[in-house]
Amino acid sequence: MATQQSRSAARIMMAPAVFLLLGWMLIPLCMTLFFSFKKYLPLRGDSMANGLEWVGFANYVRFVSSSSFWPSIQTTLIIVGGVLVITIVLGIALAILLDQPMWGQGVVRILVIAPFFVMPTVSALVWKNMFMDPVNGILAHLWKFFGAEPIQWLSQASLPSLVMIVSWQWLPFATLILLTAIQSLDSEQLEAAEMDGAPVHKRFFFIVLPHLARAITIVTLIQTIFLLAIFAEIFVTTGGAFGTKTLSYLIFQRVLESQNVGLGSAGGVYAIILANIVAIFLMRIVGKNLDA
Amino acid sequence: MARAVTTNRKMINTAVAWLIGLLIFFPILWTILTSFKTEAQAIADPPIFLFFDWTLENYSVVQERSDYMRFLWNSIFLAGGSTILGLIIAVPAAWSMAFVPSKRTKDILLWMLSTKMLPAVGVLYPIYLLFIQLGLLDSRIGLTIVLMLINLPIIVWMLYTYFKEIPGEILEAARMDGAGLKEELLYILTPMAIPGIASTMLLNFILAWNEAFWTLNLTAVNAAPLTAFIASYSSPEGLFFAKLSAASTMAIAPILILGWFSQKQLVRGLTFGAVK
Repeated sequence: MATQQSRSAARIMMAPAVFLLLGWMLIPLCMTLFFSFKKYLPLRGDSMANGLEWVGFANYVRFVSSSSFWPSIQTTLIIVGGVLVITIVLGIALAILLDQPMWGQGVVRILVIAPFFVMPTVSALVWKNMFMDPVNGILAHLWKFFGAEPIQWLSQASLPSLVMIVSWQWLPFATLILLTAIQSLDSEQLEAAEMDGAPVHKRFFFIVLPHLARAITIVTLIQTIFLLAIFAEIFVTTGGAFGTKTLSYLIFQRVLESQNVGLGSAGGVYAIILANIVAIFLMRIVGKNLDA
Repeated sequence: MARAVTTNRKMINTAVAWLIGLLIFFPILWTILTSFKTEAQAIADPPIFLFFDWTLENYSVVQERSDYMRFLWNSIFLAGGSTILGLIIAVPAAWSMAFVPSKRTKDILLWMLSTKMLPAVGVLYPIYLLFIQLGLLDSRIGLTIVLMLINLPIIVWMLYTYFKEIPGEILEAARMDGAGLKEELLYILTPMAIPGIASTMLLNFILAWNEAFWTLNLTAVNAAPLTAFIASYSSPEGLFFAKLSAASTMAIAPILILGWFSQKQLVRGLTFGAVK
């Protein structure tokens, strides 16, 4: 029942949000694209004012052929993959558990989701020092208690340690979404299956899991986007040492630490393309939901 | 029909769930406990759980040494400022998309969502450079704007899903009775939209408070919030466990409390309405 007048009013009301986001997206994106084709080393006197040398695709080639590129891809895949598997498997288990009748359900729920609200620098540092410190950390005490040699977590087992820290942060998110999804499961369907004598594992694989499929997809996509970009956790624990340099962290180092803006920008373009591939799938699901 | 559950089974569920819940919560609990210990007790082997000499000394030391209050104020300013600014921009946009939808509404919403997917590190240098040019580096205003922009898509989306639930018939009835745009907004939509707006504010405040890419890269001293304050404990102060714990507890306590209120909205906000 929208009139012409309300339509134009609607457009005006939308304009600030649209233009701000358009600027926020396009201006830096164009600059990154521009820099990625230039030799730009601010510390060696290159500046926009003096004009930057056009180098074609040299930065793109150099970024991919540098010795840190493939290890960074591997690290990224291990962290993203590891965290996804852990949070989704444990998340499903926890969601099923929290859906059962029990006393103090609300309190348990709060305990389980609490890590999500801890700022990344705090959780990384608490884990690094108070838990993973090889001398005074809780885990070292625990290892000694059982007569084992304490592990130098963040240097000898740096990747598993990071996966553990990040999984702890993201498990609440996965659990909460899967729990929300599981609560919409029709309990009569489960009861009917139970009466028909379907054993627990069959009920899980043929009823619960298919029902959760959509939620699992959404958790996977959203977490992937956030996990591709994790920064603070690496920044305060290893600083990218001991094989923990992800693609994002490598780009950060190229741009801000070694101030090779051209090279870092080329890496940035790769990261943007990568994130967009994931994003397309997520948008499809969300878009379908909008129609419904 | 609810399923009949034996008390026995309920007890087992309860025990297992509480055990796992406490295990997951343990790092936070341990941090809070350690913040009340002396440094010697904090690293004692075997660890002391409850029976130590409770002290508040760490809290006062942290405040004295590092001017905690300034970081706290910056966090409040950044999270609060970006949330309010974001709402001012997002409420009209979400309102118009929910109540005056056009063919392009869906595309605009999805496009807004896509800006959220842009990896921050890909645009780090341009933003850094623009901030230097505009004199915004290490300023609260600059960072507030960035935090507002990165969360704007989430704010618009959340508000949109809430506004969508307000029945359109009410608006039509009001229009029939001669209500103009102003009355419609002021007397009908605002009161109905307040719960949704409040939840959106809460979640956005939490996200902005915990944001740890731009806050670490665009601040030095003046505008640094608690995320940066804690990062400065990375070394060597971080090895003073009791003080690290006190600083951490102060940084997360406000958000833990707010977070508990927002757990339901969290799902809606972070899945863009795809899971409710």
